[in-house]
Amino acid sequence: MSLYQVQKFLFELNRDSSNQQSYREDPRSALSAFDLTPEERSALMKPDIGLLFHFGVNGQILMHFAAFHKIEWQDYLQRMRDGIQIHGPVREGVYAVTGYEGVPAHEQRLSRSE
Amino acid sequence: MTLVFAGVCSHAPGIVGRAHLAEEVAKERLYKAFDSMRERLEDSRPDVLVVVAAEHFANFFMNNMPSFAIGMAESYEGPIEDPEWLGIPHTRIPGARSVSESLINEVMQGADISYAEEWKFDHGIMVPLHFLTPNFNLPVIPANINCQGPPLAPLHRVWAFGEALGAAIQKLPERVALIGTGGISHWPATPDSGKINEKWDRNFLDQWSRCDKEAMLTYTDKDSYLDAGQGAFEIRTFMTISAATGLPGTIHFYEPIPIFAVGCTIATIDLPIVNT
Repeated sequence: MSLYQVQKFLFELNRDSSNQQSYREDPRSALSAFDLTPEERSALMKPDIGLLFHFGVNGQILMHFAAFHKIEWQDYLQRMRDGIQIHGPVREGVYAVTGYEGVPAHEQRLSRSE
Repeated sequence: MTLVFAGVCSHAPGIVGRAHLAEEVAKERLYKAFDSMRERLEDSRPDVLVVVAAEHFANFFMNNMPSFAIGMAESYEGPIEDPEWLGIPHTRIPGARSVSESLINEVMQGADISYAEEWKFDHGIMVPLHFLTPNFNLPVIPANINCQGPPLAPLHRVWAFGEALGAAIQKLPERVALIGTGGISHWPATPDSGKINEKWDRNFLDQWSRCDKEAMLTYTDKDSYLDAGQGAFEIRTFMTISAATGLPGTIHFYEPIPIFAVGCTIATIDLPIVNT
């Protein structure tokens, strides 16, 4: 797995309209310069927002990728929740500190701190 | 004394981009608070606005991530996001290159920073400007603190950066306005988006309003993450304003607005009146 490469691809896509154009025209080719596993490549082509979140892609990068694919806000949030249900806890990156940064875990923490 | 205005505010993209989904009265209360912050800012007649932000992988990435950076460009552009998504049209924002350069040289006396002659503003700067300088005509100097990807600068170094920034501003002949923008507790762009720990927020804002350095420096990123989400790493921007001024402040507005994904905050530092 190469979370850094996945995020780098998305970072460059998010900030550059010519990269967006290349990805629209031929996603496989747009991804060819990045050192990705077949699973990562597939998630980026599909796009599988839930799986990308499970990989550990930062939401500040992922939400723009979702918006680029015209995924509405609530749908974006749901896809991440579904991804965690299907694939398990976030496995790397900032959210992996708690393994699963999810709504029930959060509410449990809040009720404990009150 | 050339610091004529200082304050902090929220910058969440939903404040503009998801405004149509918000409860109308809550949105209006926040927008009104932004309006009065804008009036205070305008009344201070600044020549330049320094914005201490926490950008979100717009310019800086993990290939070369500065803990602290200050812009030194003639002009900037934004938003880097889809303008339709953010609800703010793409525009060019004037910079102040020579002022930036003087500022950077002075800040470097007290803190190790990066500078950038190229900078595309994301919502972290565009949302505050949309409300505070709606014509995008006040020259801006952006500053950034990495609050996204750990390793993050420890809070005592953030304090040192703020002190260096404050000292540098005081050496400038220009009338300078300074704002910090960030969230307090929030879980932005995650499945927890919309959750807000109001108790945690109010406690932090109480410390901020008293400029309680000792209390603010006791936060750890581990606890902040657990209690207040990864968005709470952005307390760094608020603390920078405290450190830069060394003064207490007034919270004009605080209200958790879940669709905006943050406890929306508007506050200003109680600066002595500058008559010149």
